[in-house]
Amino acid sequence: MDISLKIAIRFLKSSKGQTLIIALGIAIGVSVQVFIGSLIQGLQKSLIDTTVGNSSHITILSTTDDKLIKDYDWILSYADSKEGITKISPVLDQPGFINHDKKSESILIRGVLFEEADKIYDIKSRLVEGALPKKDFEVAIGTELQKELDVKAGDKIVVTIPSGLRQEFRVSGVFDLKVQSINKNWFLTTLDSAQSLFGKDGKITSIEMQIDGSQVLIADEISRSLNGLNAKGDLKITNWKEQNEQLLSGLNGQSVSSYMIQVFVIISVVLGIASVLAISVMQKSKQIGILKAMGIKNSQASRIFFYQGLILGVLGGLMGIVLGFALAYSFTVFARNADGTPIVALSIDPAFFALSFVIAVAASSLAALIPARKSSRLDPIEVIKNG
Amino acid sequence: MDKILELKNINKIYGTTVKTQVLFDINLSFKEQSFSSIIGQSGSGKSTLLNIIGTLDKPTSGEVYIAGKRTDGMTNNQLAALRNETIGFIFQFHYLLPEFTAFENVLMPYLIKFGRPSREIVARANELLDLIGLEKVKNNLSVNMSGGQQQRTAIARSLIMNPKLVLADEPTGNLDSETTEIIYDTLKDINKRFKTTFIVITHDRKIAEKTDRIVEIKDGRINLDLTR
Repeated sequence: MDISLKIAIRFLKSSKGQTLIIALGIAIGVSVQVFIGSLIQGLQKSLIDTTVGNSSHITILSTTDDKLIKDYDWILSYADSKEGITKISPVLDQPGFINHDKKSESILIRGVLFEEADKIYDIKSRLVEGALPKKDFEVAIGTELQKELDVKAGDKIVVTIPSGLRQEFRVSGVFDLKVQSINKNWFLTTLDSAQSLFGKDGKITSIEMQIDGSQVLIADEISRSLNGLNAKGDLKITNWKEQNEQLLSGLNGQSVSSYMIQVFVIISVVLGIASVLAISVMQKSKQIGILKAMGIKNSQASRIFFYQGLILGVLGGLMGIVLGFALAYSFTVFARNADGTPIVALSIDPAFFALSFVIAVAASSLAALIPARKSSRLDPIEVIKNG
Repeated sequence: MDKILELKNINKIYGTTVKTQVLFDINLSFKEQSFSSIIGQSGSGKSTLLNIIGTLDKPTSGEVYIAGKRTDGMTNNQLAALRNETIGFIFQFHYLLPEFTAFENVLMPYLIKFGRPSREIVARANELLDLIGLEKVKNNLSVNMSGGQQQRTAIARSLIMNPKLVLADEPTGNLDSETTEIIYDTLKDINKRFKTTFIVITHDRKIAEKTDRIVEIKDGRINLDLTR
């Protein structure tokens, strides 16, 4: 073992109280950093989740005059082959209205493949009564529309479309998607029913897609990977980030302030270690002097303090990770909503913890450079002379 | 016999604005295997002289040769290696490392050079500790030993690298007369056994009279140089 490391360990062991206090200082810094980082990440994740969790992340629309996409099968399989895209749902959207009590309610008739659409919108689990449509000309409506029309599952509704055609639908279920406008306007039926009602066999108006949760923030990149579809220029590919710029800039601001806090925590840790180790050089100047008289080289003498910083960093970093994890964990366990879900679902990311640890070790080693230099420059004669 | 140490025209001046000259044109040489003492009043410059010999301090002008090599122009690293291999130090205040045991303190100069102890050096350290009568306390931290034990540990440490030259600055300065006696007998014994050259600083004439040669420093000059 390097003699400098051996001496460093012995120095730290010989003043256990001091060592523990510095390590604890680093640990608290690291734990605050880890906790704040996890908190902000968790907040952002849940915010993004509420915003886009049950909506289309990437949408393909048509730019032709009739706004229709033909031959969409190859688009579906092309999108399916792209990494990150997990849910793909073709939709035919057309307007319609329902005459009721001498008023007419305007609705959006959405022909969907329920199996696919349910994956995005999570409709099935949010039905308040009935079931999803299975047969042709069955429909699922929102709670608002149900209130307007005063119907229940099993009742019939007559819909008029712009061409003047009228069609009877049977209500199979009522959903509550927690968004008022959707609950009022959406009129979800099977894709086949919509296509035959509007005479648009084999045509749709849009393809809605969701991407893997961990890649939500790079929706724009994934969206660009679909550009190959648009060789003819008759499609428009949009993603949620384009439609939520304000949210994103808010999140950005949050990230920046979180980084600021983390940086200042690190600076205070560095200053703390540097000053304590500088004092420690003074305390150990007699030992350094005698070691130099015995022929220790200046580089070896400075390494003693560098190693002390390194060891303190590792020790404090590990303690900090444990402390930070405990803090984060207890926060999710004790701070809960009335329904038992955590108020803030912290994101506990091992990579972030590892990064914090590495930063703590690097910062401590960096802080030790000042005392290390001091130790290197210490003249043994000063110590020998002054006793 | 060869000269282990030679000083030529050594001057030492402290301070830059207010200059104080401590040593004036010192010319001295010591033979290998000799046991010499340097005596003088406090403030006479004898400690400064010893520090210059030990390469801990540098002369303002003049030349220092140790084992034939000129040292006053060496780099810090060269000096560190020279001190480690050629010179053993014994100081008045022992200066053991309080964080280490007596045994580890004795090994320290070897560890500085090689990092890990060899079987031979462990045997040698044990032998030295036996020789100075510390086998029973060798695993004590140095703070848990008496002054005499600490000083004897420092002697064992100064010898571990089998140096050509051992410099001792008032090695018994704060010890009682009985312990002083024992330590000087040990040093003389080592001088004969290992052929180590000793230069001892003392203010005690009675001790100096036991050595082969007495050099008296007065006001920065050699006042007396007596060889028996």
